[in-house]
Amino acid sequence: MSNLTMTVNGKTVSGSVEGRTLLVEFIRNDLHLTGTHVGCDTSQCGACAIHVDGKLVKACTMFALEANGAEVSTIEGQANGDGSLNVIQQAFKDHHGLQCGFCTPGMVMAAAALLKTNPKPSELEIREHLEGNICRCTGYHNIVKAILAASGQDVSSIAAE
Amino acid sequence: MPKDSGIGAATRRREDARFLLGSGRYSDDISLLNQTYAVFARSEVANGIIKTVDTSEAEKMPGVVTVFTGEDFVDVGGNPAGWLINSRNGEPMKEPKRPVLAHGKVRHVGDAYAAVIAETEQQARDAAEKINADIKELPAVIDMASALSGSNFVHDEIGTNQCYDWGWIEDNREATDNAIKNAHHVTTLELVNNRLVPNAMEPRCSIADYNPANDDYTLYTTSQNPHLTRLLISAFVLGIPENKLTVVSPDVGGGFGSKIYHYGEEALVLAAAKRIKRPVRWTATRSESFMTDAHGRDHATKIELALDKDNNFLAFRTETMANVGAYLSNFSTVTPTILHGTLMAGNYAVPNVYVNVKTVFTNTAPVDAYRGAGRPEATYSLERVIDKAATELGLDPTNLRRQNFIKSDQFPYVTAAGLNYDVGDYDAVMDRLEHHADLKGFAKRRKKSEAKGKLRGLGINSYIEACGIAPSNLIGTLGARVGLYDAATIRVNATGNISVMVGAHSHGQGHETAFPQIVADLLGVDPNNVEIVHGDTSKIPFGMGTYGSRSLAVCGSAIVRGVEKIISKGKKIAAHMMETTDDKVDFDEGVFSVRGTNKTVSFGDVALKAYIPHDFPIEDIEPGLEETAFYDPQNFTYPAGAYACEVEVDPETGQVTIESFTAADDFGNIINPMIVEGQVHGGLAQGIGQALLEGCVYDEDGQLISASYMDYTMPRAADLPSFIVDHTVRTPSTDNPLGVKGCGEAGAIGSPPTVVNAVVDALRSADHDVTHIDMPLTPERVWAAMNN
Repeated sequence: MSNLTMTVNGKTVSGSVEGRTLLVEFIRNDLHLTGTHVGCDTSQCGACAIHVDGKLVKACTMFALEANGAEVSTIEGQANGDGSLNVIQQAFKDHHGLQCGFCTPGMVMAAAALLKTNPKPSELEIREHLEGNICRCTGYHNIVKAILAASGQDVSSIAAE
Repeated sequence: MPKDSGIGAATRRREDARFLLGSGRYSDDISLLNQTYAVFARSEVANGIIKTVDTSEAEKMPGVVTVFTGEDFVDVGGNPAGWLINSRNGEPMKEPKRPVLAHGKVRHVGDAYAAVIAETEQQARDAAEKINADIKELPAVIDMASALSGSNFVHDEIGTNQCYDWGWIEDNREATDNAIKNAHHVTTLELVNNRLVPNAMEPRCSIADYNPANDDYTLYTTSQNPHLTRLLISAFVLGIPENKLTVVSPDVGGGFGSKIYHYGEEALVLAAAKRIKRPVRWTATRSESFMTDAHGRDHATKIELALDKDNNFLAFRTETMANVGAYLSNFSTVTPTILHGTLMAGNYAVPNVYVNVKTVFTNTAPVDAYRGAGRPEATYSLERVIDKAATELGLDPTNLRRQNFIKSDQFPYVTAAGLNYDVGDYDAVMDRLEHHADLKGFAKRRKKSEAKGKLRGLGINSYIEACGIAPSNLIGTLGARVGLYDAATIRVNATGNISVMVGAHSHGQGHETAFPQIVADLLGVDPNNVEIVHGDTSKIPFGMGTYGSRSLAVCGSAIVRGVEKIISKGKKIAAHMMETTDDKVDFDEGVFSVRGTNKTVSFGDVALKAYIPHDFPIEDIEPGLEETAFYDPQNFTYPAGAYACEVEVDPETGQVTIESFTAADDFGNIINPMIVEGQVHGGLAQGIGQALLEGCVYDEDGQLISASYMDYTMPRAADLPSFIVDHTVRTPSTDNPLGVKGCGEAGAIGSPPTVVNAVVDALRSADHDVTHIDMPLTPERVWAAMNN
């Protein structure tokens, strides 16, 4: 077992883990931050997407010890200061961008990473950015719409009903 | 009550906030004091004799608490099939036992034969690797035709790989044969409905907690219907009395059918929790999900369509082999039969239909209902053979369908496959499709595609499905071993807010938002004062869960019936309060009034009075305001629609891209259009996935080739277009009080043939003599079709 310390959602945390403990296991089992999900074992699904030192990372691809000293941000740290939904989260709600909710934390983290580097992405850019996140419920239609809306763009042209 | 939040309002979902903030509570998020971890030892071969399972080394590993093998469950029951299907000759189906853990033989890759319980998951995993099993590998039974003709049996004790040989409707067989023999034209098509893995994003998880003080159990599990799971465990598998077992399905991360069923892992953790008197938990890895979740589809079909000289349909005749895998999962016998054969008249006024289904055991994972369940298979066969007939006869495929539609003035219409369609307007739906998809502009778009070197195709499709399963008296005659009603308890609390306990289970469908819209509308209260309780057998009435697009039609109707009882009781209380009789009391928009007077009393005051009955005539009125209703539908509901897809095919590579997809559906009345559209989007993605990307593949030795997301192609955002959906044609169901039909599976049913029709059309536009390509339409298959 080895000791580690990191900053998670602005708070300093520490723990003791095996070398083989994945970052996602440390976040879920030791920190009890269960909003980060595990949907696969091949780093394909993106349900465990978080930010490490500002970069979008699948928390199942890193050992916990590799994040020693890092700044980690998870879905639990995304809300506004008063606990209300942030712009991306609100857009997901407004545009029905989630159903069962399991992939949702990863989708929100992926969207946040995209909008940080590309504040006005096109529909195609959004779809390509989501290549690492699988959703089985929504067909992505409303996720794409939500991210466009969160970036302040007009979504009325997205497949009018 | 604000009118913009009742029936028909696109109310935003109240469940969203917890999911968006990371505070959802899925099974794997639950942590119990002193919990232990289960890891299974699973077969690496598809078929084999278990000679010995030596657990001695595993038991000595660090942290190991106990170990189970198949021998521990020899004397308990098997996990049963929920429907008895008889063969054409009257013989009942073959029902080999499905044990908690395999003993004697392993029958598919991933079949569990032992389990380790340890202090940590890693310790359990390490120890499971130390189980020494001597398993003698046998040749695997994989191909369905070989399984039926050969003498290598998945279950030796039944002496055949055929579960049953079913005919529907057997009395129609001769007339159908004659119609085909004497027809002006017969189109024949052989096709495969490809095997799929449901792939809910949340892997299955089960946690058992045993309380020795009361000898009772709690099972937290990823289930679409907790009461059925409890019933199966209690009545068939472990014999735990129902009143000693609570099943809780908290937030569930998608199901699509795969979480309807009871699985052996649930029984194992319960038995283990009792043995060690500590909580035991298990969460599937994705690899385990691929190997052990019930798969979907997997039919090999020959279908014939007979037409007269005026292109009227005379008969559909279908022969299907359906793969059931190594064991009978709970709904596996009804899916390829009743849920498939009864739909084989489609949307058409066709006088003769006959379907023969042979269901086959193989050394593969069990196959069961997956989104659509039998109806996608029916629609795919029908709508592909109709397109092929249109090609052979030089007819416009849309017009051929329209000509043969059951017309709106023909309802109610009893089809040649035995269903009684209550209502519909297929031409009106097709009109909406033609408008939204701009079918008239297709030729121009094709030219543009051709100018950039691409082939463009247009596919059209109609579908019908039977939802709202089902009238219990009817399905009882068809072999169901359960009833398929649902239930709701409406509890009006003293302070006027309302708890509604429902038998349906929400795992993405938004019941927590949509059901209050119904209650609020009927009672004239604010929907925010109505709370839905679901997924816990200790809190809800006995219900049958969520699948088959049934929750609104069946459980929603139970809610309506329950609210009607509340209003009726409320009138009695109001009459007492206003010193009149209840037959003189009206109820409207949350206010009870005495007819012909200006006397009124509010719903809230009646609720309060119900719980403070100081002056009640107790011989006439019981205190309290709580009612339960069980609702058993009179008929299935029949959502129907028409879909259009345009594709581009790269002639150099065979790559298909979806350029547009339009869906026009008739779901009857709609409670929340936003949720309905979301359901259609998701269904379309799964259907397009089946058509273009997804294929579950076993090799001839029974190894699962497509056992991870590296090998099984899930639809991703860039694989799909934005969808155009329309649900403005609404012919309300005449068989339930809401006039609703169900929308959860439509997209997955209607889209696969639409896509394949479009690709075949694209290839034919370049004079390739292609009439069919089996799904998934990978670039390799499409390229081969163009170059053979």
